[in-house]
Amino acid sequence: MLTDTERREIEAELPHYPRRQALCIEALKVVQRHRGWVNDEALRDVGDYLGMSEHEVDSVATFYNLIYRREVGRNVIHLCDSVSCWVMGCDRVREHLEQKLGIRTGETTPDGRFTLLPIPCLGDCDRAPSFMIGRDLHGNLNLENIDTILERYE
Amino acid sequence: MEKPLTEHIRPEGPPLGLDEYRKNGGYEALRTALADSAPREVTEIVEKSKLRGRGGAGFSTGMKWSFVPMGDNAPGRKYFVCNADEMEPGTFKDRYLMEGNPHLLLEGMILGAYAIQAPVGYIFLRAEYRASEKALATALREARENGLLGENILGSGFDHDIHLHTSAGRYICGEETALLNALEGRRAVPRAKPPFPPVVGLWGKPTIVNNVETLCNIPPIVRRGAEWFRGLGRGDEAGTKLYGVSGRVRRPGLWELPLGATLREIIEEHAGGMAEGYQFRGVIPGGASTDFLVEEHLDLPMDFGSVQKAGSRLGTGTMIVLDDRTCPVGMVLNLERFFARESCGWCTPCRDGLPWIEKILEAIETGEGREDDLDVLRQHAGFLGPGRTFCAFAPGAVEPLQSALKYFEDDFRRHVNGHGCPYQAQPATA
Ligand SMILES: Cc1cc2nc3c(=O)[nH]c(=O)nc-3n(C[C@H](O)[C@H](O)[C@H](O)COP(=O)(O)O)c2cc1C
Ligand code: SF4
Ligand code: FES
Repeated sequence: MLTDTERREIEAELPHYPRRQALCIEALKVVQRHRGWVNDEALRDVGDYLGMSEHEVDSVATFYNLIYRREVGRNVIHLCDSVSCWVMGCDRVREHLEQKLGIRTGETTPDGRFTLLPIPCLGDCDRAPSFMIGRDLHGNLNLENIDTILERYE
Repeated sequence: MEKPLTEHIRPEGPPLGLDEYRKNGGYEALRTALADSAPREVTEIVEKSKLRGRGGAGFSTGMKWSFVPMGDNAPGRKYFVCNADEMEPGTFKDRYLMEGNPHLLLEGMILGAYAIQAPVGYIFLRAEYRASEKALATALREARENGLLGENILGSGFDHDIHLHTSAGRYICGEETALLNALEGRRAVPRAKPPFPPVVGLWGKPTIVNNVETLCNIPPIVRRGAEWFRGLGRGDEAGTKLYGVSGRVRRPGLWELPLGATLREIIEEHAGGMAEGYQFRGVIPGGASTDFLVEEHLDLPMDFGSVQKAGSRLGTGTMIVLDDRTCPVGMVLNLERFFARESCGWCTPCRDGLPWIEKILEAIETGEGREDDLDVLRQHAGFLGPGRTFCAFAPGAVEPLQSALKYFEDDFRRHVNGHGCPYQAQPATA
């Protein structure tokens, strides 16, 4: 079941759309905000609420790359691996992160502190290479400044 | 030099608030249009201005608006949508406008909505643009509190409200019919066309989808006239353009220049030329899905017509520079990997062809390539070409590939014959 808070937040969006099912993505985002990720139970909760089957909701959830269908850490690092960042050395940044965190891209550190995922262009190409941690954008990365940035995330 | 899009923006500073925007003539275009012009007249002035869409395809904005059914028999529900998805790799222009002067975009949207008589608007914003989201949310609130949105805007009898929708990711959401499906809460797969959105769009109703930069041009056009706007371009094409440069140049960045500024001027003058120790080899001129241009094109005016004649596309006008120490095969591999990952999977050539292309390029890059791989790559470029898929994603995906095979064929051959990549990995630098 959706919590009251989740329900309230989803309902706040309702007046903006002529059909209830348009809220599907919005609802998944609300649930993810509260639960960290979208597990099977969350799919059923959203489906029950919107009158959609679990599978219909899953087909939407799996399409969008910012909806997590697997558990993620407290801080998700989205490393841009698109062309400008690639030219400016994002592969070196990834190697450094993987080594420092002891995980490969797609994995979560054992203490649950960081998950490392790739993301297409963050629109920060003039400050490439760039990554986003949580919802904070960090550009002009190099092997010296990355560690200080990571320290800010518990 | 006039810069109607960016003149009031404080780089790195806070967005312009409503009062500041108004002090500089903001919402005057809306006030006069609502008071003195019929909806049709607003569309006409935009048509006369020769404004072409800044989202990548360069379609005439006024003409697009004129396709919307008008009059008493037209559907009462219509939608006006701003495409603020901006996920084209190498592109960072719309974000600058939204973070710097959000009211300019809102005024452009309200004018467009008035022209097609749409009561409801949406901004489809990519979720990663948090600063844009904040700036737009504040601007929307200010506009509502001051009678610029809502019922009976500025006492004109016209009702319109705009809702900010943040996306959940995926590049294909920027394709306008995929975007409509995303707004309806579905998987963002493109729709078959025709019918086109101006006639059958969001929830089956007439819908206009325009890019952020396109819409930011509307208030100055309505306020200062079509002729003034046409005069801003350097050659035959109208207006200014936000040009961006990234890659190993001295000063990567973004500049508003007359449409038709040359590639040389943009890269050498504005971006400060190549970074220390690097030479220019080529550039993809308008985001990931455009064909490479090379040294012989440096004096090309960067307008829609000239770039097309040179075999590429102006696209988003934000260019990515290839330098002499970066491997062209590696760069194309990076681009095709992106496209393979982001394909929505609807059409076979795109869903299956792109991973195949990626595999071949990976083989070439790691020294496993064979002589006939180049032919296979060229064949794929044909299979994914225009007219074979539901949307322009696939043709766009092979543009950098086909042009790299043309201009950098020697590099591909050196990889194949030398069984590996002759370039060294470049450092991460800021
Ligand atoms: C794969 C793909 C991605 C696109 N992404 C965007 C985008 O992020 N932003 C955008 O404005 N247009 C994008 N477009 C172009 C839109 O389909 C549409 O043409 C544009 O929003 C129309 O606006 P305009 O006429 O103002 O240029 C994309 C097109 C394709 C095929
Ligand atoms: S061309 Fe590619 S992205 Fe476009 S509809 Fe077909 S499969 Fe989807
Ligand atoms: S390519 Fe990395 S931010 Fe644009």
